[in-house]
Amino acid sequence: MRESISINVRRSQLGRARGVGAGHSGVEHWRIERITSIALVPLTLWFIYAMLHLIGAPQVVVAAWASNPINAVLLLVLIVITFHHMHLGLQVVFEDYVANKWQMTLMILGAKSVSLVLGLMASVAVLKLALS
Amino acid sequence: MVGYTTDGKTVRRPLSPHLQIYTPQMTSILSIMNRVTGIAVSVGTLLLVWWLVAAASGPSAFNTVQGFVGSPIGLFVLFGWTVSLFFHFFNGIRHLGWDAGFGFDLPQTYATGWAVLIATAVSSVLVWAVGLWLLGH
Repeated sequence: MRESISINVRRSQLGRARGVGAGHSGVEHWRIERITSIALVPLTLWFIYAMLHLIGAPQVVVAAWASNPINAVLLLVLIVITFHHMHLGLQVVFEDYVANKWQMTLMILGAKSVSLVLGLMASVAVLKLALS
Repeated sequence: MVGYTTDGKTVRRPLSPHLQIYTPQMTSILSIMNRVTGIAVSVGTLLLVWWLVAAASGPSAFNTVQGFVGSPIGLFVLFGWTVSLFFHFFNGIRHLGWDAGFGFDLPQTYATGWAVLIATAVSSVLVWAVGLWLLGH
């Protein structure tokens, strides 16, 4: 049964409306981590199937496979969502285990940078295979 | 641990016991394994990126990657990646169940924990068996 609840908090009405508290951000990080993980369930299964399909294949076969628009798009979606999920997950690990604030911030920014660069490298590789 | 009172005096605060005091339980072990495998899968993406970039670069670069993957170290890394990926995959689904409000009872938590471990082992062995079988054909 749903009960109506009223919360009397000493917080600005704008802050309440935005759903943010002392952490200055709402539940977006948590939410996107879950949403990307749901998307990764079918994508990961497809990826494992694809890797088994391509096992031992020479470069020409892999290139031909990746030039199929469906495979190329699924690869791009897999790459974008994987690296998005990855930097969000690594951020939480560093937030929890790195005590020094400066060190923690640097490691989080490092993880985000590496995720971005790796994701872009993989994406450009897929695009090159798909468009050539 | 040293802390400060509101008027600035230093005090010794009590410290909760550290990790090695607690008996390892499946719940805690699987919990940390989710993070460990998450980091392992993240490191493993290097191999995926290398593989894709090499495939886009041409046959010679691609053969280098295939040579590494087929080497003893490469096979070990790939197998570790497979196991980590499957664990993170199945335990991630377990987490999504918790997020949706299911499976919080202790017996259920243990049952799903065993299910994750068994599914990880079976899937990893199955995928490698199929892979090796396909390679032999």
